[in-house]
Amino acid sequence: MVAKPREQNLEFEAAERNLSPGMANQAWGLEDSATDFKETELTLGPPGESRDAGGKSGTKRGFCETLDLNLTGSNAKRNDPGAQSQQEACPTAKHPAAKAKLVGWPPVRALRKNAMRSDGCNYVKVAVDGAPYLRKVDLEMYSSYKHLSEALEDMFSCFTIRNYFNAGKLMDPVDGSEYVLAYEDRDGDWMMVGDIPWQIFARSCKRIRLMKSSETVDIEPITPPK
Amino acid sequence: MNYFPEEVLEHILDFVTSNKERNAVSLVCKTWYKVERESRYRVFIGNCYATNPERLIARFPRVKSLTLKGKPHFADFNLVPHDWGGFVDPWIKTLARACPGFEELRLKRMVVSDEILELLSKSFVNFKSLVLVSCDGFSTDGLAAIAANCRYLRELDLQENEVDDRSGHWLSCFPESCTSLVSLNFACLKGEINLSVLERLVARNPNLRSLRLNRAVPVETLQKIITKAHRLVDLGTGSFIHDPKSETYQKLKNAMSKCESIRSLSGFLDVAPHCLTAVYPICPHLTSLNLSYAPGINSNELIKLIRHCRKLQRLWILDCVGDKGLGIVAATCKELEELRVFPSDPFGPGNAAVTEEGLVAISVGCHKLHSLLYFCQQMTNAALITIAKNCPNFIRFRLCILDPAKPDPDTMDPLDEGFGAIVQSCKRLRRLSISGLLSDKVFLYIGTYAEQLEMLSIAFAGESDKAMLYVLNGCKKLRKLEIRDCPFGNMALLADVGKYETMRSLWMSSCEVTLQGCKTLARLMPKLNVEIINENDLWDEIPADDDRKKVEKMYLYRTLVGPRQDAPGFVWTL
Repeated sequence: MVAKPREQNLEFEAAERNLSPGMANQAWGLEDSATDFKETELTLGPPGESRDAGGKSGTKRGFCETLDLNLTGSNAKRNDPGAQSQQEACPTAKHPAAKAKLVGWPPVRALRKNAMRSDGCNYVKVAVDGAPYLRKVDLEMYSSYKHLSEALEDMFSCFTIRNYFNAGKLMDPVDGSEYVLAYEDRDGDWMMVGDIPWQIFARSCKRIRLMKSSETVDIEPITPPK
Repeated sequence: MNYFPEEVLEHILDFVTSNKERNAVSLVCKTWYKVERESRYRVFIGNCYATNPERLIARFPRVKSLTLKGKPHFADFNLVPHDWGGFVDPWIKTLARACPGFEELRLKRMVVSDEILELLSKSFVNFKSLVLVSCDGFSTDGLAAIAANCRYLRELDLQENEVDDRSGHWLSCFPESCTSLVSLNFACLKGEINLSVLERLVARNPNLRSLRLNRAVPVETLQKIITKAHRLVDLGTGSFIHDPKSETYQKLKNAMSKCESIRSLSGFLDVAPHCLTAVYPICPHLTSLNLSYAPGINSNELIKLIRHCRKLQRLWILDCVGDKGLGIVAATCKELEELRVFPSDPFGPGNAAVTEEGLVAISVGCHKLHSLLYFCQQMTNAALITIAKNCPNFIRFRLCILDPAKPDPDTMDPLDEGFGAIVQSCKRLRRLSISGLLSDKVFLYIGTYAEQLEMLSIAFAGESDKAMLYVLNGCKKLRKLEIRDCPFGNMALLADVGKYETMRSLWMSSCEVTLQGCKTLARLMPKLNVEIINENDLWDEIPADDDRKKVEKMYLYRTLVGPRQDAPGFVWTL
């Protein structure tokens, strides 16, 4: 008979609070590299039940179970219930928030959520000084600055954007002028790309510009704290 | 007096308009039942599966206005599979046969098809009003049929529906003879609109009081429209992007300053920070303002706008307004009765968010507040206790702390005492949603004090079955209970099965209830439909050996007509 998880919650929670955030994540098995505990996970169903990733019946339904099976991007492994450690005291009600998505939480209507996300695509114009026309990129397609810079490199293949964030500048091999990657944010200010976390950048970026170095006098190099 | 003329009784009953009261009237005696049912024109059915169209017509043959609700509330949050049910078809088909004088249909969370909309438009000569809220299954072709065929249409109100937008031509289907429109709301449509057709439509419908546009309508058109719609009381803008230095802006501002009648403003589906100044002229008259779909506006711009709105009674806003912004609301909007603060970033904390401070400020400044929906980063017991003391008039109190099961950050305690204070102080509370870290204790408070409570929503809360029992035993007026991710099981479910016949419905998902418990309940209570939603298996028959299996989603409701015939394969009625 598998022990009911409820009684253990309070002890576990007290112990868990002493863990550092990183350790806590590992305890919950939310790290991608966590050992696969699937076979040893305690369930409230009879032994030998199927434990396929999609199956929810019979397994202890913890907080983790309600995670969206969002198989895009870096959330893929984190959201796979099979990879999570379903330790006995994964309390339904008391888990401190996983950063991954829960189904139906927060309770906001789908239409409203989509309005906030602008329909899951986020096209911004990209201008290059000296180029005759602009391009558009969908920031939702990328998960990091590196990823974006690779895409821009493909798009504007006359420039090399490799090592952009090491050197801070890029060179036009043709005429030797330097370019800086800048973006316009929601307040209308032109900022240097790379200072703030990618997710926040993706939400606040309105357009992107590769500016010639000589014109970068007015750019604020550091995002002011909001 | 032995004989009381029925005509007199009917005349008197004309003055009894509330359905609750008419229901009471019908219980007095057979005569009153008869007279009442023959003179009832407006019928409200809170769960479309609690009865059926034939019974509706049999009891209320003269029905002219029908309100129907379909899917459970949690369908709004993607917890109910798409084709669960809630089809309006049988209702329209029966009404088409039996009630040619039918005039008004209001649907919430139902599945509507283009074919049914066409049938509707052709079956009822006097059809006047169609209101669809959170519905799906139809396209703009269905709207075209309504526009083309309903000659006396007064109201077409589409709120937050999933509509397949095929083209803007549906608007052109309103004939030139359509001059009776009072309310037109198509804000939820995503596609293009023929702008000149829209302008002409507005021009020939002088009685328009409510007009809500979609994103495809630019500011230039908006400006032309509001100069033509002189009786407009409720306006929803479309796109609201303009250059403050342009001529369009000047024209718009002038048009706004001539709008004496507008009291309610919404929309701003696309907006940039500097654009809001154009609406300043109408702000002093506004009683209702909805900025909750306008994510691009920062706190300072919102504050500047709100300072002009001293008469607001209803405010829907995003949490970008911040605690500081809410302080300004509290200082400015002394008439505020309803406040909704939505999360601007539903998937993460973000920089823009509100905490308990904002709500405390509101409670200090807005003594008329009775309805609240508040998404916040955190909440404390101390704040809730203060709020309860300042605002004893809450009828609806819905608090959603974005981080599930989060404790009071100051004390690390559960929020039992805080919510306890709310239910104790707010004696008229009818609707409550709780969140944060909560033990069984809060449920004891709810069961003890929330005597008027009709609807309760619980998520990630409680420790044992006792919690659910406190509520079921204590809240005598409870009609709707929805629970997700709580450790409540069969013991709680089965302790008082008769209770569910006094309620409209119960939803439990990701709880501890097993198939055995549900089967037992279904066996004991034949007048309930106990539905299990299992998205992983399609059952032809219930598997006989897995009764200990936990049920992922259970929805039960009282009904007069037994199991429904339209349930899809993944729904089983026990």
